[in-house]
Amino acid sequence: MKREISHSNVAFAAAAIAIGITSAALGWLREPRELRLDPPVASGLDGLRLMPNGISGTPPESYFALGKPYETDAYNLSQGKRLYAWFGCPACHGDGRGGAGPSFLDGWWLYGPEIVSIVASIRDGRPHGMPPFRDRMTIEQIWQLAGYVQTIGAYTPKVAAPGRDDDKQTRPAENRGPAKILFDQGPVGVHPDQGPSP
Amino acid sequence: MKAARVVALGLGAIACGCSGNQSALHPYGAPAIHVEHLIVGIVALCTVVWVLVMATLGAALWRRRQKKVETEISQQWLTMTVTAALALTVILIAGMTIASFYTTRAIGLPAKAALTITLKAQQWWWQVTYAGSAAMPGFQTANEIHIPVGQDVQILLESADVIHSFWVPSLAGKQDLVPGRSNSLLLRAEKPGVYRGQCAEFCGLQHSHMAVLVIAEAPADYTRWAVSQSADAIMPAGPDAAAGRTAFLAKPCAACHTVRGTAATGTSGPDLTHVGSRQTIAAGLVETTRGSLAAWIADPQTLKPGNNMPMVPLTSFELQDISAYMESLK
Repeated sequence: MKREISHSNVAFAAAAIAIGITSAALGWLREPRELRLDPPVASGLDGLRLMPNGISGTPPESYFALGKPYETDAYNLSQGKRLYAWFGCPACHGDGRGGAGPSFLDGWWLYGPEIVSIVASIRDGRPHGMPPFRDRMTIEQIWQLAGYVQTIGAYTPKVAAPGRDDDKQTRPAENRGPAKILFDQGPVGVHPDQGPSP
Repeated sequence: MKAARVVALGLGAIACGCSGNQSALHPYGAPAIHVEHLIVGIVALCTVVWVLVMATLGAALWRRRQKKVETEISQQWLTMTVTAALALTVILIAGMTIASFYTTRAIGLPAKAALTITLKAQQWWWQVTYAGSAAMPGFQTANEIHIPVGQDVQILLESADVIHSFWVPSLAGKQDLVPGRSNSLLLRAEKPGVYRGQCAEFCGLQHSHMAVLVIAEAPADYTRWAVSQSADAIMPAGPDAAAGRTAFLAKPCAACHTVRGTAATGTSGPDLTHVGSRQTIAAGLVETTRGSLAAWIADPQTLKPGNNMPMVPLTSFELQDISAYMESLK
């Protein structure tokens, strides 16, 4: 008596093997977390060059060599979200919709949407009340926080998202899309000197 | 040979795990003693039942089939045996259920605890808050809970991020710390000692390095400790430590850590006002010595990868001074 191998059995086995290989490959491809940046690389992150007016500029070479992790990497965005709460950002910027300080969600970037501008704003402070965080955070933390802030008001949704909110949702999620339609008509929490269209 | 060594190591590890200051089988607190009695009783009872069942089964298998005429008497005897076994089963299971109800009641919180401590778990350390009273201001410490011996202590369990679980096997059962909720647990030590606890719910990368020490002391010692903890940090005496204080306040350290009595009032990291008086740092990772403090400050991400303390760029002199300052904070 010879047992026939049915086609459905073969198909089932092939599907199971394919699923196994795919999940193994996906697991292998999981995003590595850079938990410990080498000190020279970290201090290199300080070397960004801004335009003379303090708006936009060039990130340091090491940032490109790392693969622009602070804008695209879920771990760094999550850490940035933690830092946003820990370093008192909500006191002025609220949940991202502004308050005493400018909103991030309205899409009006007073110093441009580039990450170097945001890093410089956090590190060196800005006029009309933004304090410098140079002596309170490491430069790596400043980049993490800047990546998160950029995500709140990104024009196009990012692929990576930070950790979810455990509190009540008060504003659209960071990885929502498309972002533009949610933007307000004018900037929020801006000092009169900074004008409606800076 | 290799297998034998692995087995020996494994047995050794199990034996180590069952002795000392972190074992549910060596209880030193009323709740843990109740739980131990319950579990030992149930295991003993179930062992007896298991042996009896196996013996009956063995006898049934062993016995030759007998050609016997079934009589009225043998039928009656069989009915009685089955009824008795069934009744015994019901009684035993009901008894164990009732015993577990009584244990649950015994380990519950009393109407009024002598002391209430708030324990907030975070990735990956324990924030311990002692409420103030008329005689003494409240204070905060980390990874170390001091309690007076022989008194009921209520622990309010909270979490800042994910679900953690507080388990000091020698003193009490497990209780989860759930974000957005406040659970409570009765802790009571009958004998002075240092009892180790551990986060018992997987909470992320450094779950295994999230230990907590419960230090039970005589009430007088406990009061002395609480008074010294509620005081502000001392001014450092030596030149190293004094320079370390200046560096600590100028560097990002002060943005996350509090040292009471200084300008450092950060709250996202552990309170360091009396860090030198604690037995361990980084939630039971290493003993508190000047060397380990320096190693931790120099490179926290190598010692405990993924924790939220960043590597702050310091010169070697600053590192020396800050570690001296930390050690001086008794």
